[in-house]
Amino acid sequence: MTVHADPKGVLTGTHFIDGDHACCEGALAAGARFASGYPITPSTEVVERFAARIPSVGGVFIQMEDELAASIALQGAVWGGAKAFTVTSGPGFSLMMEHIGYALMTETPCVFVDVQRGGPSTGLPTMPAQGDMMQCRWGSHGDYEVIALAPNSPQECFDLTIRAFNLAEKYRLPVMFMMDECVGHMTEKVVIPPADQIEITPRRLTKQAPDEFLGYKADEDLVPDIAKAGDGYRFHVTGLTHNEKGYPSMTVKTQDKLIHRLQDKILQNADDISINEEVDLDAADVVVVAYGITSRVAMKAIQMVRDSGQKLGNRKLRIGMFRLITPWPFPDKKIRALAGRIRGFVVPELNLGQMSREVERASGGLAKTIAVTHAGGTVHSPEEIAEAILEAAR
Amino acid sequence: MSELVSLHENPTEQFLRTDRMPHIWCPGCGIGTTVNCFTRALLDSNANLDKVSVVSGIGCSGRVAGYLNLDSFHTTHGRAIPFATGLKLARPDLDVVVYSGDGDLFAIGGNHFIHAARRNVDIKVICVNNLVYAMTGGQTAPTTPGDALTSTSPYGTFEPSFNLPQLAEAAGAVYVARWTTYHVRQLAKSMFEMFNKKGFAFIEVLSPCPTLYQRRNKMGDGMETLRQYKELSKRKDGASTSEVGLTRDGEIVVGKFVDRDRPDYATLMKAHYQHTMGDKYVETGAIICQ
Ligand SMILES: Cc1ncc(C[n+]2csc(CCOP(=O)(O)OP(=O)(O)O)c2C)c(N)n1
Ligand code: SF4
Ligand SMILES: [Mg+2]
Repeated sequence: MTVHADPKGVLTGTHFIDGDHACCEGALAAGARFASGYPITPSTEVVERFAARIPSVGGVFIQMEDELAASIALQGAVWGGAKAFTVTSGPGFSLMMEHIGYALMTETPCVFVDVQRGGPSTGLPTMPAQGDMMQCRWGSHGDYEVIALAPNSPQECFDLTIRAFNLAEKYRLPVMFMMDECVGHMTEKVVIPPADQIEITPRRLTKQAPDEFLGYKADEDLVPDIAKAGDGYRFHVTGLTHNEKGYPSMTVKTQDKLIHRLQDKILQNADDISINEEVDLDAADVVVVAYGITSRVAMKAIQMVRDSGQKLGNRKLRIGMFRLITPWPFPDKKIRALAGRIRGFVVPELNLGQMSREVERASGGLAKTIAVTHAGGTVHSPEEIAEAILEAAR
Repeated sequence: MSELVSLHENPTEQFLRTDRMPHIWCPGCGIGTTVNCFTRALLDSNANLDKVSVVSGIGCSGRVAGYLNLDSFHTTHGRAIPFATGLKLARPDLDVVVYSGDGDLFAIGGNHFIHAARRNVDIKVICVNNLVYAMTGGQTAPTTPGDALTSTSPYGTFEPSFNLPQLAEAAGAVYVARWTTYHVRQLAKSMFEMFNKKGFAFIEVLSPCPTLYQRRNKMGDGMETLRQYKELSKRKDGASTSEVGLTRDGEIVVGKFVDRDRPDYATLMKAHYQHTMGDKYVETGAIICQ
């Protein structure tokens, strides 16, 4: 079920803004009326814009005392009934891990934006990387599945932020919005449509009466409906392993059931969640798998190889591109199917090999995977990627 | 056993999740006593219980949220206050109470405490101070007084401890009181007063942890501790908070130390935006999404 966006938050028109600003507009269009943040380059512009915009839209921005606070304050707001998000980068993202786990366990719909910079530690505050891709998947303790999106343009920062909020509501979990410094600081045209052309997933508020309501009893899609504070439900929320009522129940059986449901609600709905851009895959010999800013460099590399007239036997080498728009849940089935009919994958990313491992795993040895790694600080040169394409074709 | 057990005669039963009994607290533990006082205060305040939310951190005291028949949130260790801040700012129509332990609120959560007090967020904070980290087995807390034995201070503590009322006052709390679990009527009254106070209000309740603090320090059981509270405590309303620090066996100053007025966060925010933005400011009230 969807509704149209509340026009109050929608800045309809054509804008020339960077990815950070576009992300903020996406959040406002999606209905976010609460943000808690803590300044950190290169993400701060998102909340700076929110702080400037929200008093005239109606809502709250609060700069908290640290990222631990920022990442839990928003969850308090969500249980009060708001749509809410927080924004950070590397060091702050590390501090938020416990509360990503809390949101996963308590099924709190919300969005965490990470504008990735070089790490570890303070690393490269003003320079790009894509080194948090595994952290956003595995960074909190315990087993779980997440949803992550990786935009590659300011327009996508707008569009996909809305999608991130919608997925958060539909599946009740924290959605990871994985930008990178380049996309965050890149200025391009961003078209914001009228509110009645923006679809919003409303909160799945329970229709049950308080005495019948079980806050963690899932529907068929494995997602439970939610109540908000102040409506007489007198519900309980805990990060402890809990039963359908939401009460602590620390037994092997409850743990097994709950943890599997939290995993399955994502895996079983992966086809609905997952979106990828598939370019020239049909008869490809080599497929470049990329995301975020690196996908744009990769397109350039593909063009270079094509222009150079490279042959495979007596025909032209055919190169496709598989862009991970939702790196998580990882598109296992699609990569596996491709692996069965191509020579190799090339995976450029601004880290020392994170999503490339997933490509390798999912391809199950049917095709080779060449990781084009980079420690971050700038983007790849298209030549590096082009060389790997040729190697993969060999 | 705590007073929670005699539920049938208890007028406060409506406030408790009877389907969650028995509770986890030990015989002689003071936490249940504080809960009884809390429910008494709720009863007296005529609050609309559908509009009261309780937020706890982690610890024995942090389990309070789970036993109260209210909207309740058992959050993460130390972070009840920022969660409550988000909840209160999104829902100014709710009464938001933070109920947690000394370690939770003043060690891992200390930074959040001072900032929420500074901002004067309209939340009510109740700290069950048992002078120790109980849930994890009786380790040193920032409240453990000098010389006390704990599991991580096997030769006694030597770190100076926090004087919580002084900290709360300095950080900006508008209401600061301290009681012990001996002072049930005074505590209930103080909690009642706190409900009616706008802004960041704080009550410290000294509470026995016979299992892990009193026993290790050869201070007797829960009853014996109540006797000590009675003997050692001295009521000094309006006392200077700089003079109410606790020692291992010394005087326990109790009473209401601070009761002052200062605009709370939401009031300041609204006034400020009205002043700086004029007609462009859209006042929010409750923030509830589609
Ligand atoms: C991040 C984190 N660190 C440590 C713990 C372990 N832990 C649980 S309760 C607790 C101390 C609680 O002390 P206090 O707040 O005084 O509560 P009490 O049990 O004494 O009532 C600790 C350290 C935890 N749950 N989470
Ligand atoms: S360990 Fe101490 S604080 Fe915890 S329930 Fe037992 S007596 Fe109470
Ligand atoms: Mg304690």
